[in-house]
Amino acid sequence: MPEPILSARGITKSFGALKASDDITLDLRAGEIHAVIGPNGAGKSTLIAQLCGGLAPDAGTVQFLGHDVTREGTAARARRGLARTFQISALAMEHSVIQNATLGCVGATGTPWRIVSRALRRGPLRDRAEQALARVGLQDHAATRVADLSHGQRRQLEVAVALTLQPKAFVMDEPMAGLGAEGSAQMTRLLHDLRHEAPILLVEHDMDAVFALADRISVLVYGQVIATGTVDEIRAHPEVRAAYLGDET
Amino acid sequence: MSRETILNALLVAGLVALPLGAHLAGEPFTVTLATRAVILALAAVGLNIALGLGGLVSLGHAAFFGVGGYAMGILASHAQSYVPLMEAPFLIEGTKSMPVIWLVAVVASALAALLIGMLSLRTSGVYFIMITLAFGQMLYYFAIGWAPYGGEDGLPIYVRNGFPGLNTLVPIQFYALCLVVLLLALALHAVIARSPFGLALDAARQVPERVRAVGLNPTRLKLAAFTLSGAITGLSGALFADLNRFVSPTMLSWQMSGEIMVLVILGGTGRLFGPVVGAAVFVALDHHLGGLTEFWQVWLGVILLAVVLFARGGLIGLIAGERRTDA
Ligand SMILES: Nc1ncnc2c1ncn2[C@@H]1O[C@H](COP(=O)(O)OP(=O)(O)OP(=O)(O)O)[C@@H](O)[C@H]1O
Ligand SMILES: [Mg+2]
Repeated sequence: MPEPILSARGITKSFGALKASDDITLDLRAGEIHAVIGPNGAGKSTLIAQLCGGLAPDAGTVQFLGHDVTREGTAARARRGLARTFQISALAMEHSVIQNATLGCVGATGTPWRIVSRALRRGPLRDRAEQALARVGLQDHAATRVADLSHGQRRQLEVAVALTLQPKAFVMDEPMAGLGAEGSAQMTRLLHDLRHEAPILLVEHDMDAVFALADRISVLVYGQVIATGTVDEIRAHPEVRAAYLGDET
Repeated sequence: MSRETILNALLVAGLVALPLGAHLAGEPFTVTLATRAVILALAAVGLNIALGLGGLVSLGHAAFFGVGGYAMGILASHAQSYVPLMEAPFLIEGTKSMPVIWLVAVVASALAALLIGMLSLRTSGVYFIMITLAFGQMLYYFAIGWAPYGGEDGLPIYVRNGFPGLNTLVPIQFYALCLVVLLLALALHAVIARSPFGLALDAARQVPERVRAVGLNPTRLKLAAFTLSGAITGLSGALFADLNRFVSPTMLSWQMSGEIMVLVILGGTGRLFGPVVGAAVFVALDHHLGGLTEFWQVWLGVILLAVVLFARGGLIGLIAGERRTDA
């Protein structure tokens, strides 16, 4: 089996008495969508924060492209090619959609020290930003202020900014939330193809999307991975049905 | 053209026409008043880069204003006394040449801002305000105790420094020089605001975690902005000292820091010409009300309060509306 692109080995994180991550081991392999599901408060976002560098684990390591990145910050991991989206949109609200996408290009090309050129001028950076917007369906909103976008459009922009990084792996925290039927379908199509550019660790509550997209699913409950397997295996897993799917309303 | 662009063009026209009119009408005092406004505006343009673009609420910008002022005072006082600053290991003499003084003022205040920024940017929010204030006070008390350069009494300079090709003793010529420097600083702000650096910096102010997630370091961006900001305010300090032909610890006082911040907020934080409007209103009020009552600053306080409460874009925002997004 090839070396995984991104992996967590025995990650543990406590908030006071609460074990938000309890000895989590999972990996993301080339070409796959690995979905992480679990009830609210299971520790999915906490896991993502540790994978991407926002939060240091109490124990365990994170490997990315064969490097131990446990002690690296978010920016260093991003420069290695790890792109994330946030569950709660982290976008520059006062900026336009194209400005947010361009920020991704500036980061990806390592050009934040340019002070003479125009950030939004026509050229390769702008093209890259516009292509990313087109892929998520925001091409007609380039000039809109993020503050004026709907919740769903902000989710799309989160993904677009990640696309501008042209990363080696994606980590996405609920990219479908609030998208509506048509938006969900479009995002599902996008992610379906995107896995061949870079694998995706996908945290998502939309079970239809997860079952349609995932190559593998891990189920997280109370900070523990209680099962990992294919869609069929997870659907059939008794513990999972009891602990999670059965609880679904 | 947006309303703000038109307003800015009118302001530039006013900056040229009004003092010129006063000069032709034989009112050099008005020209000097305008020079004061332009120099204070320059100090605020500096702060506006840190505060407006970077979101850095610095209550210590008087430190850079004062470093610039003392750079001028020290160099010019050595030139007028013919005593070199230093003889060993190499000779450094004083100078009365503005370009040299400006260069020293910019480098010294940039270094001060870099150091203070490196230490202050470990904190944020109220702590950042307090630590910048503390550094400002440190320099203030240092200047008070610095006897060779006048200590508490300050340092007078007998003749205004020179600029090649100009007679800086003529008020309108010195004004024109200061105006050109201000316009260059405004141009720099405008260019930066639209650049990749400005984009990343403005994003670092709004959502640092996003900036990190695209592989950039928000603290470094802010430090660069803070350094540039200090350098511009330092340059204005050198001009201010030349205007008054006097440097004193007052330039380093926290009241001075507050004044610079008031100019920015009054005009419109982050708005290109906010500092210009802020400084013009401030100097006009100071002149007209200052003669009537000692307590004119109370009225300034009332205006400031109204601006903060009802016009978030300052006076510029009141006239030109909300800031437009680039697209
Ligand atoms: N910084 C923090 N300090 C204290 N507790 C935290 C912190 N972050 C998360 N938690 C707690 O850790 C647990 C896991 O939170 P997390 O956000 O990872 O869950 P999640 O699986 O992403 O939930 P959701 O589906 O609602 O997004 C929750 O009980 C949460 O309250
Ligand atoms: Mg979550």
